[in-house]
Amino acid sequence: MMIGQSVSELHELLVHKDVSSTELTKAYIDRIQTVDPELKAYLTVIENQAMTQSAEVDRKITQNQVLGPLEGIPMALKDNMCTEGIRTTCASKMLEDFIPPYNATVTERLKVAGTILLGKVNMDEFAMGSSTENSYFGKTRNPWDLERVPGGSSGGAAVAVAVDEAAFTLGSDTGGSIRQPAAFCGVVGMKPTYGAVSRYGLIAFASSLDQIGPLTKTVRDNALVLNAIAGYDPRDSTSVAYEKPDYTKFLVNDIKGLKIGIPRQYYGDGIDPDVARGIQEGIQTLIDLGAEVSECSLPHTEYAIPAYYLIATAEASSNLARYDGVRYGLRAEAEDVLGMFKKTRAEGFGQEVKRRIMLGTYALSSGYYDAYYLKAQKVRTLIKQDFDKAFEKFDVLLSPTAPTTAFRFGEKSADPLAMYLSDITTVPINLAGIPAISIPAGFVKGMPIGMQFMGKAFDEGTLYRAAYTFEQNTQYHTLKPSLSEEVLAGGSR
Amino acid sequence: MTISREDVEYVAALARLELTEPEIKEYTEQLNSILGYAAKLERLNTDDVIPTAHAVPLNNVMREDQVGPSLDHEKALNNAPDGDEGFFRVPRISLT
Amino acid sequence: MVVADQYEMVCGIEVHAELQTKTKIFCGCTTEFGGEQNTHVCPVCLGMPGALPVLNREVVNYAIKAGLALDSEIAEFSKFDRKNYFYPDLSKNYQTSQFDLPICIGGKLEIDVDGEKKWIGITRAHMEEDAGKLVHSGTTISTSNESSVDYNRAGVPLLEIVSEPDMSSISEALAYLEKLVQILEYTEVSDCRLEQGSVRFDVNVSLRPHGTKSLGTRTETKNLNSYSSVRRCMEYEVARQARILNAGKNVVQETRTWDEGQGITLTLRSKEEAHDYRYFPEPDLPPLVIDRNWVERIRKTLPELPAKRRARLQALGLPAYDAAVITQARAMSDFFDATLAYYGDAKTLANWIMGDVTRLLNSNQCSVSDSPISAKQLAELLELIKKGTLSGKIAKGVLEEMYGTGKDAAAIVKEKGLAQISDEGALLGIVDDVISANPQSVVDYKAGKDKAIGFLVGQVMKATKGQANPGLVNQLLKEKLV
Repeated sequence: MMIGQSVSELHELLVHKDVSSTELTKAYIDRIQTVDPELKAYLTVIENQAMTQSAEVDRKITQNQVLGPLEGIPMALKDNMCTEGIRTTCASKMLEDFIPPYNATVTERLKVAGTILLGKVNMDEFAMGSSTENSYFGKTRNPWDLERVPGGSSGGAAVAVAVDEAAFTLGSDTGGSIRQPAAFCGVVGMKPTYGAVSRYGLIAFASSLDQIGPLTKTVRDNALVLNAIAGYDPRDSTSVAYEKPDYTKFLVNDIKGLKIGIPRQYYGDGIDPDVARGIQEGIQTLIDLGAEVSECSLPHTEYAIPAYYLIATAEASSNLARYDGVRYGLRAEAEDVLGMFKKTRAEGFGQEVKRRIMLGTYALSSGYYDAYYLKAQKVRTLIKQDFDKAFEKFDVLLSPTAPTTAFRFGEKSADPLAMYLSDITTVPINLAGIPAISIPAGFVKGMPIGMQFMGKAFDEGTLYRAAYTFEQNTQYHTLKPSLSEEVLAGGSR
Repeated sequence: MTISREDVEYVAALARLELTEPEIKEYTEQLNSILGYAAKLERLNTDDVIPTAHAVPLNNVMREDQVGPSLDHEKALNNAPDGDEGFFRVPRISLT
Repeated sequence: MVVADQYEMVCGIEVHAELQTKTKIFCGCTTEFGGEQNTHVCPVCLGMPGALPVLNREVVNYAIKAGLALDSEIAEFSKFDRKNYFYPDLSKNYQTSQFDLPICIGGKLEIDVDGEKKWIGITRAHMEEDAGKLVHSGTTISTSNESSVDYNRAGVPLLEIVSEPDMSSISEALAYLEKLVQILEYTEVSDCRLEQGSVRFDVNVSLRPHGTKSLGTRTETKNLNSYSSVRRCMEYEVARQARILNAGKNVVQETRTWDEGQGITLTLRSKEEAHDYRYFPEPDLPPLVIDRNWVERIRKTLPELPAKRRARLQALGLPAYDAAVITQARAMSDFFDATLAYYGDAKTLANWIMGDVTRLLNSNQCSVSDSPISAKQLAELLELIKKGTLSGKIAKGVLEEMYGTGKDAAAIVKEKGLAQISDEGALLGIVDDVISANPQSVVDYKAGKDKAIGFLVGQVMKATKGQANPGLVNQLLKEKLV
């Protein structure tokens, strides 16, 4: 089966004319049509456009032109990244029919790289959630256990890669939304340094925390995609003009002498013992490979979640104010504009989004700004300082990506606070703005677990080296979910 | 710090969200729970700490004063729920 | 200002001036006035999902320039903040503005009301983005069933200048506004076209019992766009507040709006309904660090400001009034100085500028910057008069000809043979003719009626088509009629 191979393998097939771009794309479209009715990773599939783009790539191949590493590779984008002329919904009723008149920078860059856009994938509404249960269009299922969540908010993106509905996808990560679903679904997910990838065209959730990153089968694939999307963008004032390396240069199977810190606060009571055990085994593997591992402390970790939920919701409450029925999106009928605003937003937003808008508005409101928002920003400084200190001694830090494996549908949705608390291992990274990658690190009761490497700002290279070495010396990344007969038959549920 | 129902109604008005009665009750409870948890931040002494507004220490990011392309008229109004002769139309605006 | 012998008025004004950069503050859309609705827009200024702002450097330059001209301190560290509120003309339902770290801190300017000079303090000035324009289906907001929004203006850069509550009369308020607008026009940061809404005023007024120190409750009336509406609005507000206080009641602290048609102010929103703006630092824009080199570079581009120019012109002998008129607008003042560089007689030049030049430009609806007559050409014309080549009267005609053709004065004089006749020999014959032709006037003059000689001079002028040198004619006649 030609799908199911990595991006670099597919590139070889195309270059050697073992398969045409049209054939390849068709295979992925077929795959989507087969398995997606069950899994529901996709919100929009653009078959015709994808076939047109493939024809273009095939023309290049027949003319023996040089193919770039991502050229002709079928992929999907999380539905919060603007795609010109193609519906972009943020999994919300508010933007159900929104058709952006422009491309996000990442959309543009992947287009220039010659990738084939297959469609847009499901997410928690406006990226708010950790399970993709908050999508207006229904939930996406975890292919490893259809009764469990794929994680969130980039659930669709992780599933698509896990079951070969796309060779790679782009997700976004504000508090763990790439890494946690990657861990839950057994794929590789990288959240780059804040400012490394342009946010222009990414529909904003929390401006100072959001970052776009690749979800892939292998670490090599991840580096290839990051090469294409990262780099300074003058349209994003928070984008950094750093010297972008070729990230594939760091794919070296060698971590001898690599100093790895294990922050003890990430291995506390909230971590499932089986997950902790799994990660311990992974740590042992790293030690066997020559890494120098020792414990460290990030003392302010316990304050990260409250700080995150105040900052992120405050920024979100402001970013989502524009959804009012005037210029685009849903509009509810009303006698006057005030009524229109209130009804439109009541109708257009789901519960979690409304809850976070309320929380964020409160945190910024008169009399509470100092105690909540300002306080949280100060705590953010302390959390960042914790990491800075740790990186004086260590090259990378390591933790479980998530405290548990994928939970069941409905298990956490009744208590929002419980859902928020499960972000303890991912949220501090966004507050500090540093990069982190999650890679498959084993299984607990049949469900994947992920191992998270955290690095210094703009040191994705070391993360890739550590991840690549672990990957090359383990088999986890080769394991795939076995889809039931029902799913493969495109069955109904 | 307890959040009252009045607080929730005030915040909903600020955020232009029309809430149902069950929603008001639910959010009052949930906001209390979440903010009660967030109160643990008070334990930290942050008197001498500078707040972080930006994750990356950038400053003076500016562009030149050169005219760039604007959106096509149609494109600008393409998603408008009520576009009228090039304008975005809205119902009556009361004076608040 | 004492109202009804009981109250004094305290006034502070916030001025919003559109900065005339080529593009908007956060995107590359043009700031040109008057385009077809929603054609100067893009995802950024329309507040589309995913769009991000990028600051226009020139906006910062203009803000610094204005601040320096107003004697403000330019902040070393400044940033943008979001001001959150919902309104259909606000495309993101927040305005990117500056809250606690504005770019300009403090400042002052001197006003002159009927000879009384006074300094008015400026608290601060900051950058922000303008909102779109609302068009209402009815005559006013409250009588309209629907409204339409045009976002062409959304994102146009504004400088908001906040005064101290230092004004105590309507005359002072108007003097302050005129002076402030003049300075903005001089620095060329704004085109200051009030009729296009380039400058708008929010006026704060309160009353207090005569002689007391503490401030009374103030009201704010927003969005006035002419000096006359400011005057009428203040008159109305003062009278309204006095009536309330006289009735023993309290003035309600609130924001009001001016109804031009009825000539009254109306409640816009009360203090309870006052917006909770929830200011927080704009996460999409890194802060500004303004080093002193940058400030000095801008300072070097400052023109000589009106106050200094007036003083300089007065030192050259011009009366205060003339100096004020000439330096009123930058372009005219620059033209004056440019001409003066070629032709040193300030007083004569001033008369010509204030008189014939201005008249000519106005009747042709031409601005001085578009004038076909250059400073050098005007100077040449005045030189010809000084040399005696041209009479003042004929020069006026030559000026018009210069305007119409763009030719130099000398060329026109030569072409049309307009040179003043100052040659005795040429005139003597005509003088004799006129004397013989007007015996009665001769008799009258010799009888002591000095007026008669004026008539005879006139006759010579007529005979020479106005080209005779009148002074010489007068002299020759007197010699002959001795």
